[in-house]
Amino acid sequence: MKHLVSTKSISRDEAIDILDVAEDMSDVAGREVPRLPALRGKTIVNLFYEDSTRTKISFEVAAKRLSADVITFSAKGSSVSKGESLKDTAQTLAAMGADAVIVRHPASGAAEVLARSSWIDAKILNAGDGTHEHPTQALLDAFTIRRRLHGDHARGHGLDGCRVTIVGDIEHSRVARSNVWLLTTLGAHVTLVAPATLLPPSVRAWPVEVAFDLDHALAAGPDVVMMLRIQAERMHESFFPTEREYSTHWGLDDVRMRRLPGNTLVMHPGPMNRGLEISSGAADSPMSTVREQVANGVSVRMAALYLLLIGNEAEVA
Amino acid sequence: MSQRIIVRAVELVGSGAGGKGSTDILIADGVIAELGSRLSDAKATVIDADGLIALPGLVDLHTHLREPGFERSETVLSGSRAAAIGGFTAVHAMANTNPVADTVSVVEHVMSLGDSAGYVTVRPVGAVTVGLGGVRLAEIGAMARSRAKVRVFSDDGKCVSDAQLMRRALEYVATFGGVVAQHAQEPRLTEGAQMNEGRVSGELGLEGWPSVAEEAIIARDVLLAEFVGARLHVCHVSTAGSVDVVRWAKARGIPVTAEVTPHHLLLTEELASGYDANFKVNPPLRRSEDVAALRAGLADGTIDVIATDHAPHPQEVKDCAWADAAFGMVGLESALSVVQAALVDTEVLAWTDIARVLSSMPARIGHVEGYDRGIAAGAPAELTLVDPAARRDFEVGDLRGESVNSPFVGLRLPGRVMATIHAGNPTVLDGELVAAERVAAAATKSEGRGRG
Repeated sequence: MKHLVSTKSISRDEAIDILDVAEDMSDVAGREVPRLPALRGKTIVNLFYEDSTRTKISFEVAAKRLSADVITFSAKGSSVSKGESLKDTAQTLAAMGADAVIVRHPASGAAEVLARSSWIDAKILNAGDGTHEHPTQALLDAFTIRRRLHGDHARGHGLDGCRVTIVGDIEHSRVARSNVWLLTTLGAHVTLVAPATLLPPSVRAWPVEVAFDLDHALAAGPDVVMMLRIQAERMHESFFPTEREYSTHWGLDDVRMRRLPGNTLVMHPGPMNRGLEISSGAADSPMSTVREQVANGVSVRMAALYLLLIGNEAEVA
Repeated sequence: MSQRIIVRAVELVGSGAGGKGSTDILIADGVIAELGSRLSDAKATVIDADGLIALPGLVDLHTHLREPGFERSETVLSGSRAAAIGGFTAVHAMANTNPVADTVSVVEHVMSLGDSAGYVTVRPVGAVTVGLGGVRLAEIGAMARSRAKVRVFSDDGKCVSDAQLMRRALEYVATFGGVVAQHAQEPRLTEGAQMNEGRVSGELGLEGWPSVAEEAIIARDVLLAEFVGARLHVCHVSTAGSVDVVRWAKARGIPVTAEVTPHHLLLTEELASGYDANFKVNPPLRRSEDVAALRAGLADGTIDVIATDHAPHPQEVKDCAWADAAFGMVGLESALSVVQAALVDTEVLAWTDIARVLSSMPARIGHVEGYDRGIAAGAPAELTLVDPAARRDFEVGDLRGESVNSPFVGLRLPGRVMATIHAGNPTVLDGELVAAERVAAAATKSEGRGRG
C-alpha cells in the first residue's frame, strides 16, 4: 500500500490482509505491556484541520502502541488558520522528516491531493476528507462485523452474504461512502436508507440497494444496522423539516429496536445524537457495537500504519 | 510606411469563393489588397504558407483579461499575446475586473491598453449591473456611447438572477443596439457547488452543480427575450438540456444566440476524479452525453459560436484542495487545436464552419467591424494561418499568458497556428509571437487607418 486515501481502490485481498493484521494488533492490546517496537524511530504526524476527538486520539494511541514518535498538529489556532496553505504545511512536514501523515481536512480530496503531490514523500493516511471518505472508519466497521460473525476464527474471512443497512445522511457522509465500497468489496450486501434529500446524486449507480422506508428495510432482517449521525443544521437547509419528523421516520428508537432479532448488530460511528438518529436504549443495548468499534479502531489503525510504513514482508512480533 | 505582406500558396477557408486550391494573398495598408495566384510585390514580406490554411482572424466573445485589478493572473498585454498565438485577432474582455468595467473610464482604459499592446482588437464588455452586484443597472448607455462603443453587456461570473432586473436589462441594452450575455446559473441551486452534479460528484463527495441550474435560467431568459422582443446571448452553454432549450427557442423565432467553450467540447467530469483543480471550471465539465449534445448543437446551428472563457489564475489558487481552488481555465492558446480535435478531425464541422463559429458570428454578435466578408479583397487584413497537419504534446511552454492553469497540458493536440495577422501587421510568424515592441510600434503606425 502506497497510501490509504480511499477504500474504493482497495482490493478484497488487501482489505482482508489489513483486517488480519488488525487481529494480530488486537492481540497485542491484551498484553501486559500493549506495545510493539515496530515503528521505533518513525515520525508520524497527526494533521487535523477539523475538530475531532476520537479519531485523533485513536490514531495517536495506535501510533504510540507501535512505538512511533507522534506529533499531533491541530490546524485550528496554528499558522494554518492564518492562511498557510496545505502545500506549505505539507512541505514543512516533509522538511521535518515525517514518515507518515494522518490527515483530516474539511475539503473532499485533500488527502488525495497530498498523496499525488510532489510536496511530500510521506505515506498519507486519510482520516476523513470532507464528504468523500474515511477509510479507517470503514475498516474498523468491517473488522467489528467480522469479529461478531466469526469470533476468534475471523482471520481470512470476508463478509460474504452479510446484509448491512446504513441509515441516515448518506449524501454528506464520508463514513457511508467508505463503507459502501469496502463492505461490498468484502462481499456484503448493502442497503442505504434515507429520505431522497439525503441520498447522493446517481446513488442508483452504486453497488447497493436504496430504500426510503426504514421499517420496510428493517423488516427484511438485516444482519447489521448502521446508524449515521445526523447534523441538526441540515434541517435549516431543508433536507428534512424537523428533528422530530426525521427521528420518527429514520431514527432507531426503542420500538424499532424491539422488533429486531437479538443477533442484529447495531452500529454507529459516533458521536451519537441520542434521541435523534438512535435512542439511548438502542445505543446501550447488548446488540450495540458502539464501544467495540472504538476499541477496534485502535487495532485497525495500528494495522494500517504498520502496513503502510513496514509493509507485510515482516512478521508482527 | 505600411507593411506589405504576401501570403504565398495558402488554402482559403471561409471566403466567399470557398473553392479548393491554393491562393496568394497580398496585404497592404491594413487591408487585403488582392487575392490571386503568383502575386508579386518587390516591397512585400513573403510568408510561405504552403500546406497551411487561412482562416479569417478569430474573434473571442468571452475572454478574461483580468486588468485592471488582477494583473497577477493576466494583463491586457499578456492576454493579448495569448490570444495572438492562438490565432485570435479580436477578444471581448469580460467586465469582472477590479474596478468592475461598469463605467466609461474603465472600458475606455481597457480598450486603449489593448490598442497600445497591438496584438488584437480588445473589445471591452460592460457590466450589466453596478459592481456586478445584481441590484442596479450600470451606466449602459454611457458605455455604449463611449469611445469603446460597448455592445456586449455581461455580469459574467455572476448570473443576473433577478427576473425583473433581467427583463429591464434586456430592454435597456436593446435600446443601445447591444446584447446581454447571460452567465446562466441559478444561484440558490448552486450554493457551494464544486463540480457537475452526478455520479462522479456523488463518489467524490463534492458539492454538485446541477444541470437544471443552467437550464432553468436559460428557459426563463429566452421567454423574457421573446416577451420583451430583445436579443439574448447565452454564455458557455454546457448541458444537453440547455442545447434543447436553445433549439426550442430558436425554432420559436426567439432572437437568442449561444456559445460553447472548447473545453466543454472535449473534456468530461471524470477528470475531476484526481481532485486536480486545473479541471475545476464554471460551468463545470459535464458528462460525455453533454459533450455529444454540444457538438450536435454546433453542427445544427443551435449553438452559434465557440468562445474560450479564458480564465487565468495564479498557481496558488489551483495548487490546493479542490474546494479551496478558483474556478477557471486558460484557453486562448489551445482553443483552435482543441476545436480541431473535437470537431474537425471528428468531422462534426468543416473548416468553413469553424470560420463562422470562431470569426464571423462572434464578430457579428459583438459588433466587431470588418469580419463579415471573411478573407476577401478590400476586407481588413485579419487572418490566421494554420497548419492542420501539425501534432504536438501541448505543454506549459505553449502558453503565452501570465497563467498556466490549462487543462490541456500533457494532451496530444492537432493543428498549430503558424501566423496571425492583425490590422495588416503580423503578430505571430513561424509559430512564434512577434516581439511586443515591434507589434506595438506597428499598431501605433496603423492608428490613422482606424481599428478593425
